[in-house]
Parts: sequence; structure tokens; C-alpha cells
Amino acid sequence: MVRFTLLTGRSLVQGVGKEAGKFSDKYIQEVSTCQMDPEDLKMLNIKPGDCVRLTTEYGSVVLKVSSSALVHRGSVFIPYGPYANLLIGTKTGGTGMPSFKGIPVEVEPAPGESVPELKELLVKMYGRK
Amino acid sequence: MKVINAVLCPGCGSLCDDNEVYVEDNKIVKVRTDCAISTSKFLNFNKDRNTTPLIRVDGELKPTTLEAAIERVARILVEAEYPLIYGWSLTSCEAQKKGVELAEEVGGVIDNTTTVCHGPSILGVQDFGEPTCSLGEVRARADLIIYWGCNPSSAHTRHMKRYSSLSKGRFRLPEQRKVVVVDVRKTPTARNANLFIQVKPNQDYELMAALKMMLQNEEIEEQEVAGVPVEQIEELAELMRSCEFGVLFFGLGLTMSEGKERNIDGAITLVRELNRWTKFAIMPMRGHYNVTGANKVFTWQTGYPYAVDFSRGYPRYEPGDTTAVDVLSRGYNDATLVVASDPVANLPKDAVKHLCSKPLAVIDPHISLTAFMADVVIPCAFVGIEEGGTAYRMDGVGMILKKVVEPPEGILPDTQILDLILKRVRELKGGR
Repeated sequence: MVRFTLLTGRSLVQGVGKEAGKFSDKYIQEVSTCQMDPEDLKMLNIKPGDCVRLTTEYGSVVLKVSSSALVHRGSVFIPYGPYANLLIGTKTGGTGMPSFKGIPVEVEPAPGESVPELKELLVKMYGRK
Repeated sequence: MKVINAVLCPGCGSLCDDNEVYVEDNKIVKVRTDCAISTSKFLNFNKDRNTTPLIRVDGELKPTTLEAAIERVARILVEAEYPLIYGWSLTSCEAQKKGVELAEEVGGVIDNTTTVCHGPSILGVQDFGEPTCSLGEVRARADLIIYWGCNPSSAHTRHMKRYSSLSKGRFRLPEQRKVVVVDVRKTPTARNANLFIQVKPNQDYELMAALKMMLQNEEIEEQEVAGVPVEQIEELAELMRSCEFGVLFFGLGLTMSEGKERNIDGAITLVRELNRWTKFAIMPMRGHYNVTGANKVFTWQTGYPYAVDFSRGYPRYEPGDTTAVDVLSRGYNDATLVVASDPVANLPKDAVKHLCSKPLAVIDPHISLTAFMADVVIPCAFVGIEEGGTAYRMDGVGMILKKVVEPPEGILPDTQILDLILKRVRELKGGR
């Protein structure tokens, strides 16, 4: 398990994907994939397409990983969305705004685990009685 | 085939108004724009569409009539002690005005998505003021563009071409402009910049303080600040000081990181310092197309731009207490109406948990993630495509949204749906 800095944000594919529908494959695939520096992938002994478990003070989720030269060593980027939000806390420090960027996160390979399906995840996490 | 010119794109806060939409048999068959997000919006808005009001029965959303859905929403709001009315950035100012009226009527709290995007920017502006300008001025005159903590190549894809670095302005051509990107990642925007400065996460404030020291000719006794070598900070300070008209566009890299509104304070005071040397302006890169309009409408209606609480009978504004994430995560509200937004996709887990544990009503053209979890869903016309209205661009310029196609049969605009809810709420309250 290695400690990284979590950055969430907009990506073009996420922006285009959400216009195609929040349940579209394009959107779901983009928001359930985290991006890491190729050297960090080597260090963790994982390859693009593998699953990793990310854990912050606020929660934990399994995502697919992709290699990106835009993300620098020591950082993990996840496009905004329902998966990234599982790792975000609600403390706003009197501003109304939680920290969506710059959060300590632990990353570990998750062989044998898979990314939860979106509808199942929503019902499991927030399901209505 | 009908060609409609000068159609405003209901996408991002750039509100580009030069799109051409081709309509045949009430369907958009083509759109002429060079923005991938805009194209996706115009061509896909009708996919994943819900055209039936839905009510949750035995754990499942089932079709119902509009009257029954309106009745359910009105009762949820009237029976709640402290309802939250949330969203508003993807609709017209006319709908936002109705929302404020409804919040006052039910004594709830109304918040817009500013709360999780540029809320800290508003707090910073309230602290220090805002030396700003219009995007037209940037296009016409700016020779230094700084994108700090924002990535227009992915989020505001035509911003550079229409308004800033790549635009052909009256007095400036693209080759006469310089672009600087300050970010924690080498974003697609950074790859095309003249200078990229990689700041360490959560240390933007320190970098801005160092820049202010440079501008005041004070010496920095470190080799680097916020992960940036002092020589590079000097280079940036010199670029800023020596330009004729600079603009600092900033994004959620500042508002969502450690420091929050203090980062905005830092950016505004940096721009203030720069105005001692040259002309410099600052502008937030607003995300949703009418989130600026939500701030305008809330302010002219209540005196406050977001997070307005009516529970005492008069408007009260207390960021950190009346803001949506705080209201939800502390369990203050006992029901929620969501209009033109998708908080289940965008708010932190614990806020969503509370949202879904109480009665939840949604007005949205699509089955969003929030609609999927709701107790009652009322489909509405797509504002900016099936319904006109007013919206405000990120620089505060008001613009007119066009209706280019008719909505599906029986689907009303959100303004009319809100009117019906308001009428029924007043009847129910009168009967108490």
C-alpha cells in the first residue's frame, strides 16, 4: 500500500460522456478509471486495465487504472463522478466546499476484485427503503 | 431542413453564441461547432430521455400522471420542517426565480451548485472585490493570459479560441499573446502554453504570496516555493509586470484545494498588486452554463448569491451552515427538491447518503443518477434547446437562450412545473 495525493477533476471524455447520459458506457468507464503516472504503475507492479483499491480517510473503492503522462508521480487523478465521491469527505471548514483535490489516498493492487456496477453501487450505498 | 443561427450552447459558462443547429422534423440532425461537449449535448440530449412522471412505489419508480407527481412534490415540501431546494445551474434565470419564490413559501433553504464549484470564489470576492472585465475586452486587448488551476482544453473547450489566447481580437492577434498555465498536472491546456508552472497540490497560496513578494522587490531566501524554483517564479512575475493587459482565469484547482477562499483572496490581492504596474483582471472559469445566472437571480431576489435560508421568514446566508453539503452532511434537512442538477453524481458520499434517506423529488429532462434514486421524478423540457430563457455568461453578461425544437408531447418547461407546485403548495398551506 503506497500513499499518493488524490486529485479529482473534469476530463474531456467525462464531459462528453455525461452529455451522452450518466448511465452511458462512455461516462461510466471514464469516471470509474483512475489515472496514474507510468512509473508509479511500475512501482506498484500493475499495468493499465488492472484494478486498484483506493482508500482515503473517508472511504474506499475499487477502480480500473490507466497510465497517463499528464498525471505526475505521487498523484492519482479521477474524473468527477459517483466513484470519486466515495473518497471525498464532507468537512467544509466553514466554506461550504469540501476538498475534492489534494487528499491523501492509499493505493494498492486489487487482483481478483472488480469495479462495482454503477446502479448496484448506488443502491448498495444509498438504497431507498 | 431548417438552419438556426446564433444558437447559444447550454453547455459551459462560456455560453458560445455562434452555433448553427440544423433541424429536420423537429429533430436536431447536425450542429456546426468545434466543441466536442457542445456537439455531444445537441445531438444526445434526447437520448436516455424520460417522458413520464414517476413515483416510487414498493421501492420501484413507476409511471404516474403529472397531477399526481405535482401533488406528491407539493406534499413533500409542505410536510417538511426544513426542505432543501438544490441545483439551478442548468436552467434559465426565469426558473431560478420561481425556485427562490418556492423556497420562501415553504421556509426552506435554497442553494445552487456554486456551493461545490466557485462558492469560495464568491467568498473571496466578498472579502476583497473583483477587478474584472468582460470576455470581449480579453479578446480585444489581453496580451497575457494566465490559466491557474483550470483546464479549458477539457472543460471550456472553445474558451481559448473565442475569447483568449487563440482568438483574433480587434487589437491583439494570437501571436501577440502569451499563455501561462499554473497547475498541479501538465493538463492538455498546459501542453500548449508558453510557460507551464507545476505547483505542488494544496500550495497555490504560497506561490501567490511568493509572486507578490517578487512584485514588491522583496528577496526570497529559498531555492523553491510550492515546488517551483525561484527563477521560474521570477520569470512569471516579470511576464506579469511587463504585460500591457493581463488576465488571470482561475478554476476549481484553487477553490477545491486546501485554503479554499483564502486561495481566492490570494489571487485577487495578487491582481490588485499587479494593477500598480499594469492593467490586470481576474475571472473565475464558471462551469455550468447558467450558474452565474443563479448567483445573479438569488442576489437580486434575496441579497445573497447562494446558500439562502428562509426558515426564519427572511433570507439568511451563512456559508458553512446553510450550504448544501453542510445541510446534508449534518442531517439538517428532512426533504429535498432537486432541479437542473445531479447531486448524487457530484456531492461527497455522506451528503448523498442523507439526501437519499429523506423524501427526494427531482425535476430533470433525463434520468440522472439523482432521478434514479428519487421518490418522485417530473420530466421537463430541455432549457436552451426545447425552451428559451435568460442565462449569464461567466463574465456576467446576460444572454438569450433559444428554443430550437419542440419538447416531447406533454412535457412542460420547468418554469411551468414550478408554477404548478407553487400553486398546490399555497393551496395545501391555506388548508392547514
